[in-house]
Amino acid sequence: MKAIVNVFLKQGVLDSQGKAVHHALNSLKFDGVNDVRVGKQIVLDLTAADEASAKAEVTEMCESLLANTVIEDYVIEIVS
Amino acid sequence: MKVSIIQFPGTNCEYDTQYAFEKLGATTEIVWHKETSIAGGTDLVVVAGGFSYGDYLRSGAIARFSPVMQAVEAHAARGGKVLGICNGFQVLTESRLLPGALKRNEHLHFISRHHHLKVVGNENTFLQKLNKGDVVNIPIAHHDGNYYIDPDGLKALYDNDQVLLHYCDSKGNVSNPNGSVDAIAGVCNAAKNVFGLMPHPERAMEAILGSADGKAMLEGFFAS
Repeated sequence: MKAIVNVFLKQGVLDSQGKAVHHALNSLKFDGVNDVRVGKQIVLDLTAADEASAKAEVTEMCESLLANTVIEDYVIEIVS
Repeated sequence: MKVSIIQFPGTNCEYDTQYAFEKLGATTEIVWHKETSIAGGTDLVVVAGGFSYGDYLRSGAIARFSPVMQAVEAHAARGGKVLGICNGFQVLTESRLLPGALKRNEHLHFISRHHHLKVVGNENTFLQKLNKGDVVNIPIAHHDGNYYIDPDGLKALYDNDQVLLHYCDSKGNVSNPNGSVDAIAGVCNAAKNVFGLMPHPERAMEAILGSADGKAMLEGFFAS
C-alpha cells in the first residue's frame, strides 16, 4: 500500500518560495496566476494491511516527523 | 564549569564552540549523537551549529531523534542549561524544547556576515552580563533563520520575557536580515534554562577576527 503525503506551509505563514516562483511566472508573462504555494511530497511504501491502519500510521508519522505542525499542514492520500 | 557539546553528522561548529568555552575557562567534551547519555556534572549542553543530517526534510528535524537528544531533553527537564546555536536552535525548536520554528530566509539567500543584535531580555543566565538595549556585533550564517511564531505565541514570549535578542543596525534600530517575526534572533523557554539563537557568539571571541562581543554573552553561563 502506498501513501502520498503533501506538506505545505499553513495559510497565514508567508511562503517565500511560492512568492518567488509567482514573481518568476509573472516575469515570463504567465499573468493568470493568483497564487503559488511550494510544498513537498513524500511517497511512502507501506506494509499496512488496510487503508485505515495505513492512514493512522502515516498520521502519526506526520505529527512526529514528516511535518512541523507549528508552521506546516499535511494532507495524506492512501493509494493502493 | 563543564560543557558538553553535541555533535551530529553534519555539525561543523563544535570545535569553534569548544575553543570559545575553553578560552573562558570551561572544561568541555564533544558528545557524538549516538551516545545515550551526557557526562554527569555537565552544567551546560550546547547543541552546536552546522547542517545536521544535511538539513534533510527540515533543518534540525532528523537530529531531533538522535539517541543523545533524549539525554539532552532529560538534562533540560532537570533544569539543566541548554544552549542551541544556529542549527542547534533549529534542533531545539524541532524538539519543542523552544517555542516557534525556523523557516527559509525571506529572500531565500544564505546569509553569512556580521550583524548587530540588540539585547531585549537579560534577566536570564545567558545574557545577564549585558544590559537591555546593548548592541553587540555577531556573525550570522544561515539559510533557515526566519523565526516564526503565531501571534498568541509571540505575545506569550514577551509576557514571559523570553525574547533574548532582536536583529538591528549599529545604532540599535531594527534591521531584519531574514524576515523573522519581530526581528527576533534568539529566545528562551518559559523556565529560562533552554536558550536558542541563530547568530554565532562562539565565532566572536577575538577582536582581530572582527568582534569579541560573543565573550560577554557566553560568560553569562559562568556566573552563578
